[in-house]
Amino acid sequence: MGVGSFDYVISIGGAAGQGIATPGNVLARLCARLGVHMYAYNAYQSIIRGGHSFLTVRCSDRNIRTHGDTIDLLICLNQDTMDRHLEHMREGTSVIYNSNAINPGEAAEGVQLCPMDVENLAGKGANKLMQNTVAIAVACQLLGVGFSALEDVIRFQFSAKSEELAAENVRLAKSAYDYSASNFQTAAQQMPSGGKPLAVWRGNEAFAMAAAGAGVKFYCAYPMSPSTGILHWMAANARELGIMVRQVEDEIGVICMTVGAAHAGCRSMCATSGGGFALMTEGVGAAGMMEVPLVIVNVQRAGPSTGVPTKTEQGDLWQVLGASQGDFPKLILAPSSPLDGFQTIPEVFNLADKYQLPAIILSDLLISDETSTIDPELLDMHPVIDRGKLITEAGDEAGRYERYKFTDSGISPRALPGIPGYEHVVATDEHMPDGVLISDEFTHPHKRRAMVEKRQHKMEGLLADLPPPAIVGDADAEVTLIGWGSTADVIRESIEQLAEAGVVANHLHFKWIVPFHADEASELLSSCKRTIIVENNYTGLFHRYLRSETGFTVDGHIRKYDGEPFKPHQIVTAVQEQLTGGEALSVPYEEIIV
Amino acid sequence: MAETNVKVSLKPKDFKGKVSPDWCPGCGDFGVLSGLQRAVSELGLQPHEILTISGIGCSSNFPGFFNSYGMHTLHGRALPHATGAKLANHEMNVIVTGGDGDGYGIGGNHFTHTSRRNLDVLYIVMDNQIYGLTTGQISPTSEAGMKTKSTPYGSIELPINPIASAITAGATWVARGYTGNIKQLTRLMIEGIQHKGFALLDVFSPCVTFNKVNTYQFFRPRVQPLEDIDHDTRDWKAGIEKAMLWGDVIHTGVFFETNARMTLGDQEPVLDDGGPLAFRELGLDSEQTDRILSRMM
Repeated sequence: MGVGSFDYVISIGGAAGQGIATPGNVLARLCARLGVHMYAYNAYQSIIRGGHSFLTVRCSDRNIRTHGDTIDLLICLNQDTMDRHLEHMREGTSVIYNSNAINPGEAAEGVQLCPMDVENLAGKGANKLMQNTVAIAVACQLLGVGFSALEDVIRFQFSAKSEELAAENVRLAKSAYDYSASNFQTAAQQMPSGGKPLAVWRGNEAFAMAAAGAGVKFYCAYPMSPSTGILHWMAANARELGIMVRQVEDEIGVICMTVGAAHAGCRSMCATSGGGFALMTEGVGAAGMMEVPLVIVNVQRAGPSTGVPTKTEQGDLWQVLGASQGDFPKLILAPSSPLDGFQTIPEVFNLADKYQLPAIILSDLLISDETSTIDPELLDMHPVIDRGKLITEAGDEAGRYERYKFTDSGISPRALPGIPGYEHVVATDEHMPDGVLISDEFTHPHKRRAMVEKRQHKMEGLLADLPPPAIVGDADAEVTLIGWGSTADVIRESIEQLAEAGVVANHLHFKWIVPFHADEASELLSSCKRTIIVENNYTGLFHRYLRSETGFTVDGHIRKYDGEPFKPHQIVTAVQEQLTGGEALSVPYEEIIV
Repeated sequence: MAETNVKVSLKPKDFKGKVSPDWCPGCGDFGVLSGLQRAVSELGLQPHEILTISGIGCSSNFPGFFNSYGMHTLHGRALPHATGAKLANHEMNVIVTGGDGDGYGIGGNHFTHTSRRNLDVLYIVMDNQIYGLTTGQISPTSEAGMKTKSTPYGSIELPINPIASAITAGATWVARGYTGNIKQLTRLMIEGIQHKGFALLDVFSPCVTFNKVNTYQFFRPRVQPLEDIDHDTRDWKAGIEKAMLWGDVIHTGVFFETNARMTLGDQEPVLDDGGPLAFRELGLDSEQTDRILSRMM
């Protein structure tokens, strides 16, 4: 697997309510403390009890950024998991299960079955969740993790509930660990230790932390999967960090409160998913017309409508492109990962403030739900804060201030309500520089034209502030893989695998979507020998946008719209097929059924 | 904003906006505008201390005709904009203005929730029981049977009762005014601004162009100020009972008031120290960020 000496994938399957999160959290914390990189993807359903949850945790000594291609260790918390996934296990892998409750199936040659008599170890009538502790202890033993490291994390995990519970789990883990040592064969790959300790975070937390660091003072939301994690982080930290956090009656209220708070002077943010964003769209236009800076996060999930709330998709691009009636400036971007989002969000706040417009960040379930390790040194919580032309106290213009004054840049200095002598009205109706409406009585075409041009002129400065797209990798590659948003890391790993297979590919990834560097993109695209675009949707939404901006049509497409994210080998196989004369549209088959 | 040390005493005319109202001659909304100009003058407020926020409709053009900070927002959305603005700058006097369609129809959800949150604003609804700017259709307060362009055979829907609705939703000061009684209206506005909490002032503001039923002639013999009769404004049941009357007698005045509930802002510790959020220093200190990062390890 890859170039790392340690790269190991553990999948844990069970029903919702079986406590799948606990072994996942223990593994994550364990890896972080040992300095081992970890990336976890959870496939689950919108259900509180039942269904099939399948958590895949990949651990490596290098910074892996996908959940990988295969499973090295399967932990079955129920029969369903055994029945669904045993067929994916190959020689050299292991399967851990509770032999009191689960019957093993027919395993392939070389698969080690690790039955655990949980009742015997934990005592009859023990809590059903105890099988999770047994499983995780066996997994650690197979991977050569010292028991004391596991013990520390178990204590950390359970002592918040009770010391007694923690001690009981440690005792049980020790019995399971010892049983495993005398009965099972350890894995060929052993977990390294002694690396620099890492932190653990989730994608939504990364976005929330970034906003807090950037000075957000007002956050509100209506709960909607998969964006709710941002609300939870904000609510938990609000009082300590001095952030006003509100849960609102609906997303219409959310966007309007955000606009109101932003107009009054707070850095303000809200987040939702596509359905909530649909309700917000009129407010996006209000922010555009009144020139109020704010940041909206749309965490995409599989649509349309209620769709598949727990599955990922890049389906909302044209929804945000067209958000709100009228033709007005806005900023749209799609960060590629929690870290990319974390590092970009402060800049987004600065740009929204500088150009006085709504900024829309497209995230998706793959990013928002990711649990991974992160090097804490990469997390600068004190970013540069630049609020642009903001008037916070009375000055020379008192008594003759014009909120929408014509300027060369189109940016009019923005006075916050409350300053003597700067009284003005902001309106969603078209208005003159002094804020007086032109829509009701004097729809003067020259005035209307001048104001439309003033607003749109801001986009020229904004575009110049955005970095142009760039190709990463060999400029002379035989194929260029194009992507946007959350597919960056899986494309990167596919390119590494393609290189091992003798195919030289490079990578053109787009983060900044509106405004768009069309000239630079056109030049790059025309320099490519062959282009294949990778998207998590059916109709190639980004390709259609790229073509509209550049006139460029790519050679091939790899699309996935089954709810599950791409795995590296799926892209590799599709590229190889297309390079050897296969069809120009590949839709990879998903092997893991959840 | 913080009060200035030396206050210039302003007259009602100092609160005239940049443009004159474009309402129809005889529109009740003129009375609301002059009433509010008198009220803020009597309270000694300065234009920069006031933020008027409206939705869309004839009466929602109000901020443009009034000299203060203003936000002329989306149809039905004045209250959530006001919630954000008030929490961002809780020292501003936020006055929300609009119509019955804007506030009780398209904005009905926000009306309920802002009431229960007890946001410290005065909400003036210029209730003319008709959609005026769209040239005459029924509104949520139109009486059953009313014939309009959208109900040529007469409305078959019951109107909502804004006063009773506000009381049950948790508003802490609920009153009704009438533009035929500017003296009472001004006094109610002063009380509403001074009230700590969500204050609803529903105002009969006749539409002289499109509502041929609920005219000055209709209201004049019917309106009866609650202050003229024996009414306990602390008794919510009595308030609802009075609000339900619609016939030969229709009450105006304060139906219900209480100081027993804290406002939304007063319950939020984030606002306790440091002045308005909007003017606070941005970014986190190292102690805060160290705590965040240590919890991730």
